[in-house]
Amino acid sequence: MKLAYWMYAGPAHIGTLRVASSFKNVHAIMHAPLGDDYFNVMRSMLERERDFTPVTASIVDRHVLARGSQEKVVENITRKDKEEKPDLIVLTPTCTSSILQEDLQNFVDRSAMLSDCNVLLADVNHYRVNELQAADRTLEQIVRHYLDIARKQGTLNKTMTKFPSVNIIGIFTLGFHQQHDCREMKRLLSDLGIQINSVIPEGSSVNELKNLPQAWFNLVPYREVGLMTAMYLEQEFGMSYISTTPMGIVDTAEWIRQIQTQVNTWAPTLLGHEVNYESYIDEQTRFVSQAAWFSRSIDCQNLTGKKSIVFGDATHAASMTRILSREMGIHVVCAGTYCKHDIDWFKEQVEGYCDEILITDDHTEVGNMIARIEPSAIFGTQMERHIGKRVDIPCGVISAPVHIQNFPLGYRPFLGYEGTNQIADLVYNSFTLGMEDHLLEIFGGHDTKEVITRALSTDSDLTWNADGKSELNKIPGFVRGKIKRNTEKFARQNGISEITIEVMYAAKEALNA
Amino acid sequence: MSLTSDTLNFECETGNYHTFCPISCVAWLYQKIEDSFFLVIGTKTCGYFLQNALGVMIFAEPRYAMAELEEGDISAQLNDYQELKRLCLQIKQDRNPSVIVWIGTCTTEIIKMDLEGMAPKLEIEIGIPIVVARANGLDYAFTQGEDTVLAAMAHRCPEIIVNKTLFNQKEQSIKSLFSFLPIKETLKNVNYVNTINTVELDNQIISHPPLVLFGSLPSTVASQLSLELKRQSIEVAGWLPAQRYTDLPSLGANVHVCGVNPFLSRTATTLMRRRKCKLISAPFPIGPDGTRAWIEKICTVFNIQPKGLEEREKLIWEGLKDYLDLVKGKSVFFMGDNLLEISLARFLIRCGMIVYEIGIPYMDKRYQAAELALLQKTCAEMNVPIPRIVEKPDNYNQIQRMRELQPDLAITGMAHANPLEARGISTKWSVEFTFAQIHGFTNARDILELVTRPLRRNHSLKDLGWTNLVKKQNILIEK
Repeated sequence: MKLAYWMYAGPAHIGTLRVASSFKNVHAIMHAPLGDDYFNVMRSMLERERDFTPVTASIVDRHVLARGSQEKVVENITRKDKEEKPDLIVLTPTCTSSILQEDLQNFVDRSAMLSDCNVLLADVNHYRVNELQAADRTLEQIVRHYLDIARKQGTLNKTMTKFPSVNIIGIFTLGFHQQHDCREMKRLLSDLGIQINSVIPEGSSVNELKNLPQAWFNLVPYREVGLMTAMYLEQEFGMSYISTTPMGIVDTAEWIRQIQTQVNTWAPTLLGHEVNYESYIDEQTRFVSQAAWFSRSIDCQNLTGKKSIVFGDATHAASMTRILSREMGIHVVCAGTYCKHDIDWFKEQVEGYCDEILITDDHTEVGNMIARIEPSAIFGTQMERHIGKRVDIPCGVISAPVHIQNFPLGYRPFLGYEGTNQIADLVYNSFTLGMEDHLLEIFGGHDTKEVITRALSTDSDLTWNADGKSELNKIPGFVRGKIKRNTEKFARQNGISEITIEVMYAAKEALNA
Repeated sequence: MSLTSDTLNFECETGNYHTFCPISCVAWLYQKIEDSFFLVIGTKTCGYFLQNALGVMIFAEPRYAMAELEEGDISAQLNDYQELKRLCLQIKQDRNPSVIVWIGTCTTEIIKMDLEGMAPKLEIEIGIPIVVARANGLDYAFTQGEDTVLAAMAHRCPEIIVNKTLFNQKEQSIKSLFSFLPIKETLKNVNYVNTINTVELDNQIISHPPLVLFGSLPSTVASQLSLELKRQSIEVAGWLPAQRYTDLPSLGANVHVCGVNPFLSRTATTLMRRRKCKLISAPFPIGPDGTRAWIEKICTVFNIQPKGLEEREKLIWEGLKDYLDLVKGKSVFFMGDNLLEISLARFLIRCGMIVYEIGIPYMDKRYQAAELALLQKTCAEMNVPIPRIVEKPDNYNQIQRMRELQPDLAITGMAHANPLEARGISTKWSVEFTFAQIHGFTNARDILELVTRPLRRNHSLKDLGWTNLVKKQNILIEK
């Protein structure tokens, strides 16, 4: 048992549901007790999703506990098959159902025979993997399933496209700024004359998965989800993949150069010439993106050597550490991640760009580290933002866990050249705010004169009795003043001189406040 | 499609509906019971739900935590007792609470962890009371979590000292004869100031057996309700729960108890059967009509003639006029997720709304008897058919029905709110009714504030021409 207040990565089934519900026309059925369908709320609220989340629960209740699910799961699957006619139903076990040890595969096999759609059992161990690992696994499982079917049916399409094309793997719902990142990558790739063969899983149909091998190669922009699929495709179809994250100027250039290498493997035979992206990189770096110029400008000079801390998922924390240290000259005292399953990769990535490395999924450890180092700015998750608030250190949010604020309506990619601009703004704003705060403190704040309350209460003949006073103190601070004024006004109008609890509530009723 | 009739009609669907897990009750209970600590013994799933559902509250160093079960706990490689002891000692050291509440979850049920058996032993060992509540999603929905906690707390309330009470009562009943006159005088002219004066009688003599109210309410709302009863010369002897665990009310055979929320049926049963209390079955004090009926029922039980209630209710309704004009004739559909549905529907019908369907997770017809009767009476008086009451609803079917009925307002969980809005159906999140202050005369306006918010929003945006924001083929799930 572990005493826990907060977790960075969610439980496994969340990962499975994120992947399944990102595909078009795929429905997930959770084998779960009442209330475990909280995923629907997150998707509907955070992503402001207009459509009903294609996730329902086959409820595990007391009866199921006593007698087993029996026909219930099968009925729920076949029913959903009729109602929504999905291409695929993914039966998703939860931590509760996995200890029931029911033979879910048997339910899946039976219902597959009774349904028009495909049915899959998500194959994840709830006590061993977290949300991200499960998402990675589920994506691979679905891709493998459909490519196997295609192979058996002889519909697998292995002919490479005429022009260079890629699959982008690992864009899915509730990801950190992923929709914007995806758009930015598409834009960049179209600048390079590369077509998008498919983006999975977000918005793609499982029936198109058989076309995956048509792409020249695969892109896996995020370390956490997509690698397993890319490795599978490499193993089965010899498709190579690029797993560099195009975040920051240097890594974006590196990413484009890797793409160039990949394209040039086939270009001489299929296009009749080699491609060269160097001039594009140079143009973008020096003139289109503002970040390279920003790091030379006086503003950024003032940031030189400032202490900062980075914490987040492996992808974002590693990239951010390198951007701060390599591209902006900021001193990263500590870089850390909660992706404990990927320690070696992370250490290798940030080696030489920070003084310390912290691998933990305990937010109190991160908090203690922040308190000890006292950086000028933090780049972390929503949790670090709150820790920052408590200790008065500004924080830029660079990674999930997400919050409604991390689903901005405006265009905010973290990847590609526009991403570098966004990151520069984020970094700069975090530090200047910190600086402003600091100066304010030195000079004693904006307003040094206390405002003397004009008012109603100075010439007052009103008294608050003890009960009234204590009741007033129970009212949240931000409305207390208003309630006090309203009550006194009411008391005066009614010729009451002593304010009791009764008067307070009578005032509330009378004023309809 | 005829969905309504003149008699109370109960249906039961598949139970495939969205609601919060009952462990969410720790969110409001840890704030209510100031010296408590809630330990949820469950998995990552429970923790993830809590941290997301409760949003920013998690950052305020809450007095609750997860005892996160790991693989070793599930397979019994680790000793439950030793593990819980280790965590509880840590909690004791860090927070020193007056009580630790263990919330049992689905997982502890399935692996049959004997929390009730371990608690008394550990309690003695560490010197802090441990209350066990099984608020799990296998058995309960959302607000019923509070019910399981309060039912467990009911066992911890001290026994009332009978002799002393009897003595007091004799004395009081004599004194009450003398207090009769001044009370009557103040009744002549009922307006705000005078109603206040009637309760100004601080040393008023109580002539009724002790009354304990149960249900967790914000302390301001609790004092408003106590005050309403004080105006009728009824003194509230205590609340379950109180502001502090150490202030739990005394219970016993002579004590009358009355619920303030519709989801407290287990607590009511426990109070009656185990603590021998007398349950006053009344409608719930939600809306001015409900509040009046609630007070009247308590008065009737204590043989007290209610004073000035009719006028008070009338005044409140008058104060609501601007909102009533907005809701009159509009239709509502309750998808059902927090058990407040019957009371809210009854209030909204009284406000002149038409209720198409009352979805509700669980319907205790005995505990809610008086509320159901009031619903029936209200429908008759407002001359509208009684809406169908759907227990354990099926959200998919409900959405199909809603598509047909096109209600003006759907009261629904957050999972369905945005998709319904995108299809032109106005919604109000049902969860807000759980957290807002909706009890008593004073807060009637707050309920309508919530109900009318989407209607007022519609009014401000009505000329823009984009109520439907999904592509044609998605408007509502195809037939």
